[in-house]
Amino acid sequence: MKGFKRLPSGGRIDRAKAISFTLDGKAKQGFAGDTLASALLAGGGGVVGRSFKYHRPRGVMTAGPEEPNALFTLGSGATQEPNIPGTQAELLEGLAARTQNGWPSVGFDVMAINQRFAKLLTAGFYYKTFMGPRKRSWMLYEPFIRKAAGLGEASADPDPARYDTRRAFTEVLVVGSGPAGLAAALAAARAGARVILAEQDSDLGGSLLSEPVGSAGDAWRATAIAELAALPQVTLMTRTTVQGLYDGNTLGLLERRDHLSPDPAKGQARQVFTTLTAQRIVFATGAIERPLVFADNDRPGVMLASSALAYLQRYAVAPSGPALVVTNNDSAYRTAHAFKAAGLQVVVADTRATVDAALTAGLEVETAARLVGVSGAHGVTAARLARADGSFLRALPSTLVAVSGGWSPAVHLTSHTGIKPRWDAATACFLPGGFAATHAACGAVMGQFALGQAIAAGFTAGRDAAAALGHAGNSGALAAPDIQSFGAAGEPLWRMPNPRHRKAFLDFQNDVSDKDVAQAFDEGYRSVEHLKRYTTLGMGTDQGKTSNINALAIMAGLRDVTIPEAGTTTFRPPYTPTAIGALAGRAVGKHFRPIRRSPLHQWQEANGGVFIEAGPWLRCWYYTWAGDSAASAYIKEMELVRRNVGVSDVSYLGKIDVQGPDAPEFLNRVYVNGFAKLPVGKARYGVMLNDDAVALDDGTTTRLSENRFFMTTTTAQAGEVMSWLEFLLETAWPELRVQVTSITDAWGGMAVSGPNARKALELTFPGRDLSSAALPYMGVLEFAVEGVPIRLIRLSFSGELAYEVYTPADYTQDLWEHLLAAAAPLGIKPYGLEALASLRIEKGHVAGLDLDHRNTLDDIGLGKMAGKEKDYIGRAMRFRPKLQAPERWSLVGLELLDAGQKLRGGSILFPQGAELKGHGHGWITSVTWSIELNKYIALALYDGGLKHAGEEIVCAYPLLNETVRAKVVSPHFIDQEGKRLHV
Amino acid sequence: MLRIPCPWCGERDYNEFRYGGDADKVRPPFGKPAVEGADLKAWHDQVFVFDNPKGPHKEYWQHVQGCRHWLVLERNTATNQVLQAWPAREFALARVKP
Amino acid sequence: MTRYNAFALLSHALTGKKWPLAWRSPAPKASYDIVIVGGGGHGLATAHYLAKNHGITNVAVIEKSYIGSGNVGRNTTLVRSNYQMPGNTEFFEHSLKLWEGLSHDLNYNVMLSQRGQIVLAHGPVQLDVLARKGNTMRLNGIDAELLDRGQVQKLIPYCGFSPESRWPIYGALLQRRAGTARHDAVAWGYARSASEAGIDIIENCEVTGFVRDGDAVIGVETTRGRILAARTGIAVAGHSSQVAALAGLKLPVESHILQAFVSEPIKPLVDHVISFGAELFYISQSDKGGLVFGGHIDGFNTYTQRGQLPKVQTVMECLVALIPAAARLRLLRHWGGIQDMTPDGSPFICATPLPNLYLNGGWCYQGFKATPASGTTYARLLATGQDHPLAAHFQLDRTMRGDGLDEYGLGNWTWKQ
Repeated sequence: MKGFKRLPSGGRIDRAKAISFTLDGKAKQGFAGDTLASALLAGGGGVVGRSFKYHRPRGVMTAGPEEPNALFTLGSGATQEPNIPGTQAELLEGLAARTQNGWPSVGFDVMAINQRFAKLLTAGFYYKTFMGPRKRSWMLYEPFIRKAAGLGEASADPDPARYDTRRAFTEVLVVGSGPAGLAAALAAARAGARVILAEQDSDLGGSLLSEPVGSAGDAWRATAIAELAALPQVTLMTRTTVQGLYDGNTLGLLERRDHLSPDPAKGQARQVFTTLTAQRIVFATGAIERPLVFADNDRPGVMLASSALAYLQRYAVAPSGPALVVTNNDSAYRTAHAFKAAGLQVVVADTRATVDAALTAGLEVETAARLVGVSGAHGVTAARLARADGSFLRALPSTLVAVSGGWSPAVHLTSHTGIKPRWDAATACFLPGGFAATHAACGAVMGQFALGQAIAAGFTAGRDAAAALGHAGNSGALAAPDIQSFGAAGEPLWRMPNPRHRKAFLDFQNDVSDKDVAQAFDEGYRSVEHLKRYTTLGMGTDQGKTSNINALAIMAGLRDVTIPEAGTTTFRPPYTPTAIGALAGRAVGKHFRPIRRSPLHQWQEANGGVFIEAGPWLRCWYYTWAGDSAASAYIKEMELVRRNVGVSDVSYLGKIDVQGPDAPEFLNRVYVNGFAKLPVGKARYGVMLNDDAVALDDGTTTRLSENRFFMTTTTAQAGEVMSWLEFLLETAWPELRVQVTSITDAWGGMAVSGPNARKALELTFPGRDLSSAALPYMGVLEFAVEGVPIRLIRLSFSGELAYEVYTPADYTQDLWEHLLAAAAPLGIKPYGLEALASLRIEKGHVAGLDLDHRNTLDDIGLGKMAGKEKDYIGRAMRFRPKLQAPERWSLVGLELLDAGQKLRGGSILFPQGAELKGHGHGWITSVTWSIELNKYIALALYDGGLKHAGEEIVCAYPLLNETVRAKVVSPHFIDQEGKRLHV
Repeated sequence: MLRIPCPWCGERDYNEFRYGGDADKVRPPFGKPAVEGADLKAWHDQVFVFDNPKGPHKEYWQHVQGCRHWLVLERNTATNQVLQAWPAREFALARVKP
Repeated sequence: MTRYNAFALLSHALTGKKWPLAWRSPAPKASYDIVIVGGGGHGLATAHYLAKNHGITNVAVIEKSYIGSGNVGRNTTLVRSNYQMPGNTEFFEHSLKLWEGLSHDLNYNVMLSQRGQIVLAHGPVQLDVLARKGNTMRLNGIDAELLDRGQVQKLIPYCGFSPESRWPIYGALLQRRAGTARHDAVAWGYARSASEAGIDIIENCEVTGFVRDGDAVIGVETTRGRILAARTGIAVAGHSSQVAALAGLKLPVESHILQAFVSEPIKPLVDHVISFGAELFYISQSDKGGLVFGGHIDGFNTYTQRGQLPKVQTVMECLVALIPAAARLRLLRHWGGIQDMTPDGSPFICATPLPNLYLNGGWCYQGFKATPASGTTYARLLATGQDHPLAAHFQLDRTMRGDGLDEYGLGNWTWKQ
């Protein structure tokens, strides 16, 4: 017999709108307003899933996000989404759902054989076995365990959906739209506050949605919603779960929009994640009903009493046979009375000896009863009641056993910022343990279970929140609806007698039973955290919403301590599982991080430039005029520079405008070498250190006028250097009159290099005297062409006669094109990053991995640059003994000795004859083919540095089983006298 | 979300800022000592040793995605409660001119 | 001790016999030879090796909360030995070797899963950096393989290989012996073994001060009374500064929060440990099915064990960048742990300026994988007063000597390590 059926009338479903969906490929039908779970129950219910470990058959247990059992995989292919609670999945046309964790089906699941071995598969069994026979034996067992574990299956294809993130602010946030939340929102909004009311459900009203349509309770709800909807300062957010509370009154809200069939091609987001800062927060998060712990309490047909009520009133789904309501508190009488009113057969079993007659009126009630078992593995058929001493009371045919073990207030959010919940003995609940001054809570989360009490508390909380923000509007009054209120007064009963020692589950999803808690106790895993971690209690997709309190109460009993002494585990965000894509928003694909491009990028793209990702930048790697791969092109580009003239984009360099009367002194402190006396019109190469004496950056700074300098930094360190200069000026030397401004993006630049560089520039700037007399090495000229400012600095990274030409970014491409055209008769061509980096290796300029933040000034062979008489950043730390040790590594050049072989970056260096073992005596940082020496050369850091010049060493690259011989030489492979620079 | 009251821009999300470490530490005076190494210990402690208190902590932050000013924030490291913020320059000037 | 094995499981299943306590909970004695402050992975491991390697069992491990309540139970469970700095390489390889025998050593299955770690490079320079590390590993007898893009794609085809990826996958360094272990089991396994050897594990006992005889430390004051000890060892990483301050010491440590994340459980998808190269991000899949992953520290010092939301989002962005299919998977839980960040990113296992007081801390990101080696070397130091050669680098005065161990080349910025 099917356990459930759809009633011919009633509910909040839209019977005019039939919805077709499939379950495991079989066509099914429901109505608009259904959830997947309600539609399946309407079709009969029964087994909808299998449990994690024992593969026990499971049915729908709840009507909300706390559902542990009824998890489905929705969709297929790239949009496949595993582990979705059917209770939260709105029924949408075409929905394709699949059951999980059962093979061949959840109805007949071969892995159910695990139930036979249940005594072996106790808590933590895997810690005690799978260790032998050999050391790596776990690797043999693990694949089987991994395959058996997990729940649904994820797609390996990229998710095509779009997600958005937002940043938002409000005056008052009300979390939850039950009676307390509606009242709070009304009171705050009426007073004039800007209010957001967030509700995880598709509809507002919370527990009022379980009042019959058209009833007084329903009317109250409708009136409240209508008033809120009409207020312009109110934003109502349904399908929006407040997932976490963070520092600074900031919360994460997840809004689901699948019901709108969002089209990613139209930029419509499937989910939107909002980071919301609220000045005041009212938590009206309600409470989650606790199951009862009894033999076989996981059978399909056992359901939370409030959920059974929700299925009846909201979805018009009812048990097809008699119902049994089992409770230890008053709240379940609401369900029983509703069932009776709907003409359903219902018996109540109350664990308490006496119950208020007002509750029981008109109902068949067994008091002082215990539920000791149910029949029907795939759907409850009967239940057995006993007395407290275990003696038989009666057996009842039942297709629904609706249980209430009391309530657990949803204290998750109020606990996220580290406030531990407190146990309230009167309500037998953990309540919020305290509040920030800007927070309040009301309704069931505060243990205010009676309807009038919740509405009154909500109203006060909302009014107070608005008042605290200075809103003096009149909130008026709000009367509660005139309906019977049940409250949730009761006496906790944490376990039913279990004379046959059947499984009684606490955590349904992870198959944790009361016996597992007892075993954890026996073995000493007694703190709640040990209990959780040892048994996996509360670690499922439901995060223990229905299980944690029952389990810790049982553990407290075993330990003979009070429940508050036992304490709770830590509540962590998110409240319910949150799509990772929603948190990532649009920072996906190419938009993962911003791309920086040079002002010459478009030109390069159109003229054979091939790009490479270099940090945030896309840099031009090489040009196709020189070859179709970097490996071939860079050689031709180098040849161009060494033999004629080339031009390269250097806009990527960091550029900082340093101004002020104390700018010379400032630079003199920042750089290891002197800048105080740098003449106007001159450039100087400088190195800066961190406070710890490690080289931070190098670059050229030019004195444009008495009080103005133009600093360039490396591409990688531009941001760091800028912040560092600002730091020093504002925290260390506030007395210095200096301003620094980043002009990296405002100015573009190009390096014109090669023996014909001067000729190229003379063609570019006709009539201008660029002779060595007018523009000597390390000199600068500033002039304008057609009103466009030009800074022409004679300096060289390649070792050839070279100039850097800077101009505002808006004109950089014009200048570049003009230069290429003007100097075309010389055969000038552009060259890219690979050639630029190779040319500098030949010249012995450090860059990239040579400056890897472990190396000091001395390590890169520039110790002599440091001022002897002056102070500079990093000086004191530079003289620590290990950094000055004679055998400390420092920069050397290497020339390959084995023709036909290669030098490789990352090789480890050894003296000739040494055993190739350990950490070696150094490593190769940069490698290139030298067109001048016609061999591979490298820069390396080698212990003792140039003391070993002329020695033959071994470069080991065991990753490729390769060793080659090289000779230690000066890192300046070409033109050591610098003749080419001064021509 | 830590919210930092920038003295120039108002309260902003912490990820507009970059952290810059303990602001109670005072850098040793700038200037080469007569004997190289005389200020080794002072600089070492400045660079490498931290009070690291659990409680109120004055620390540098730079509003890198805003006004780019450095500020001193007093914050409780046990709770992340933000207590007060000042322009870093004011702090530094007070040290320069006692 | 009841041996754990399949037969014992079967016999308990058949007889219904109760399992004994995994570790005893004795009251503290008035004095011990050695008191270890901190019942985390390192403190408990130290206790185990004090008994096993040195025969010293008159030892107490004092824990202010429940054992394993700190970072041993909060980390992302990675175990590896791909280190390049002299001192680090040998230490972490020693650790990995101990990991490989740990389940047998402890008779407790710590589920060491040597599924291999793939460290991705997104450009030629990054691959050179990995090559230096890989070559160093090989020269120290540690397994390492350099993979090109095609080889990486064969192993992890679901990662971001499309042209739409912001940074292309260029190659990788693979250490096959790297992997994961079940973090809680490590604490429990060490505790069980140490307790069985006679060492007292004292939970819910907070150290409130040190007992001094002049400069020397001769014991600890605790919430459960004074406990004297010939030698006292601190092992409270995350709170090292706090405990050291009780003895008047200042350390080169800032406390920072590192967040960790787990997704809902799914059937096997990620069979390796993967480290993203574009930003700090690493991921594996637990045996239970959850994707376990993490990123960078939040970036400012704090003792709150909860993270900032923007960092959560940053980490999710990295996950989707690495595994585009993960967008539709759901984040189940995120939490934080407090770690000691040091100026060079490397730890301390050393004597302190105070006689008889020793320090184990400053673990930055790498405490979990270091646990066994930290235990053996710290046990040797506490047992003999002499540094273990493998931990000889991890001295407090190395910054003063200019002998830093900056594995990642990030300078003296603790918040960037």
